[in-house]
Amino acid sequence: MYQFIYDLTGNVIISTLVTAVFPLVNVLIVALIGVYLERKISAWIQDRVGPNRVGPFGLFQTVADFIKMMQKEDATPTDIDGKLYNLAPVLVFTGCFAAYAAIPFSSQLIGSEVEVGIFFILAVSSFTVAGILMAGWSSNNKYALLGAMRSAAQIVSYEIPTALVVLSMVMLMGTLSLTKISEMQTAYFWNWNILGGATLGLSKFLLIPFMIVGFIIIFISTLAEVNRTPFDIPEAESELVAGYFTEYCGMKWAMFMLAEYGNMFAVSAIVSILFFGGYHSPFGYLGNSLGINWLIPYEQAFWFVAKGWFFILVQMWLRWTLPRLRVDQLMSLCWKYLIPYAVVNLVVIGIISLL
Amino acid sequence: MNYYDIIFYIFALITVISAGFVVTTRNVIYSAFFLLFTFFGVAGIYVLLAADFIAVVQIMVYVGGILILLLFGVMLTNKITNVDIRTGTGHLLPASVAVGILMGAVISIMVYTDWKSQPVETPVTTVKILGSLLLTDYVLVFELLGILLLIALIGAASIARREKE
Repeated sequence: MYQFIYDLTGNVIISTLVTAVFPLVNVLIVALIGVYLERKISAWIQDRVGPNRVGPFGLFQTVADFIKMMQKEDATPTDIDGKLYNLAPVLVFTGCFAAYAAIPFSSQLIGSEVEVGIFFILAVSSFTVAGILMAGWSSNNKYALLGAMRSAAQIVSYEIPTALVVLSMVMLMGTLSLTKISEMQTAYFWNWNILGGATLGLSKFLLIPFMIVGFIIIFISTLAEVNRTPFDIPEAESELVAGYFTEYCGMKWAMFMLAEYGNMFAVSAIVSILFFGGYHSPFGYLGNSLGINWLIPYEQAFWFVAKGWFFILVQMWLRWTLPRLRVDQLMSLCWKYLIPYAVVNLVVIGIISLL
Repeated sequence: MNYYDIIFYIFALITVISAGFVVTTRNVIYSAFFLLFTFFGVAGIYVLLAADFIAVVQIMVYVGGILILLLFGVMLTNKITNVDIRTGTGHLLPASVAVGILMGAVISIMVYTDWKSQPVETPVTTVKILGSLLLTDYVLVFELLGILLLIALIGAASIARREKE
C-alpha cells in the first residue's frame, strides 16, 4: 500500500498520510456500526426491539447521534485541570490508534512492517493507561478518579497474562513481526495456530489443546484490557456514573468512545493474527483458483476485517450475557488463575516446540 | 536537510522542552505527565538510531511500567497532589560552579573524544542480534540482572506484607 502510493506520488509524507487514513476510516466504521450493533444485540438478548425509528431498522441512529454530538456545547466543569482535561481524550485515542500502525490488514495493506510489531502494540497501549489516569485526575471528580484508578490497575494487571501468551506464541513462531506470524499460517484453516500451526507432524497435534488454552487466556485478558463487561468495573454505571469519562461531553466524550471501539477491533485483530491466521482465508483464495492475482490482497483484507468483526460480536455477546465481576474477583481471576495457567502454558509450548 | 533530520529535531525538541518542564513545574502531577513526553521523545530518537527494540522497550518499561507506577504513587498519596513543590533557587554560587564544571567536562568530552564515524550497515532488525548476544556473550550479566530484579521483587513484597500485619 505504502509502496504503491509512494510510486504514484513520489512523496514520503503524502504516502505516509494516505496509508494512515485507512485504519482511521476502519476505526470510524467500527465505531459507527459497532454502536448500532451493540444496541441491537443488547436489545435482542434482552428481548427488546432496540433502535428502530431513524431509517430502516434504525440504521441511521448512530449517524443521528453523531450529528447531535458534533453540535453539542462543550460544557466543562469549573474546577477541572484545563490542560490535562483537554489532552486526555487525545492521548487515549493516540494510544489506541498507534497500535494500528503495526496491524497487517492484508499482505499489502500495512502501515509499517516493523520487526517488533506485536511488542510495539503491547507497548503503545500504555499511553492509553496514562491518558485514562490523566482524564480521571483532571476531572476533579471522585467517581472519575476512582474509575481511572480501577481502569489503570486492571489494564496493568491483565497486560501480564496477555504478554505471557504473546510470548509463548512468539517463541513458537520465532518472530515478533505480525506480518510474518500471519504469513506462516498459510491459507486454509487447518494451518492456523489454534489448530497447531502449519508444520505437519506430532507437535502439531500435541499443540492443539495448549493453543486453545492460550487463546482462551488471551481472549479473557484482552477483554479486560478494553474494559468491557464482565470486566467493566472502571465504568460501572451503577457504581461510578461513567468512570473516568464522567465529566466529559460532546466530541471529547466521543473520542473516548471511538478509542473504546478502536481498541475492541485492535485486540480482536491481535487475537485473530496470533491464533486464527491473520489475514489468511480459511478456504483458500478465489484469486488463486481463477488466476487473478490482484484479487488476493482484497480477499485478505475482507477476511481480516471479517475475523475482527466476529470477535467484536463475541465481545458484545459476552457483555450482554455475563454479570460484572467485583474488584477482588477481578484481581484474583487475573493473578491466581490466568497468570499461573499462562506460565504453565508457556513452559509446555516451549517444550513441545523443542520436540 | 531531509525528512529524517526534521523528525530528529522534532523529537529532540520534545525531549528537551518536556525535560525542562519536568524540573521547573510546581505541580507533581504535571512533572509526571511531562515525563511521559520525555520518554516518548527519547524513544523516537532510539528509532532514528535504528534501535527499534530498545525504543519499544523504552516505552514499555518507562511509560508502561515506571511512569504508571509513579502516577499511582502520586495519586494515592494523600496531600501530595496539591502541595506546591518549592522550585526556588538556593545556594546559587556553589550550584552554578558545580554545574559549570560538570557542563564543561561533558562538553570537553564531546569535543575531544575521537568518535568513530565510519558508516556502518544499519541492521534491519536488532531483535535477533540482541537475543543471541544476550544468551551467548552476556549470559552471566543477563542472569545476574534477573537475580537482582527477583531480589528487588521479593524485597518489595516482603515490605508490603509487613505493613499489613
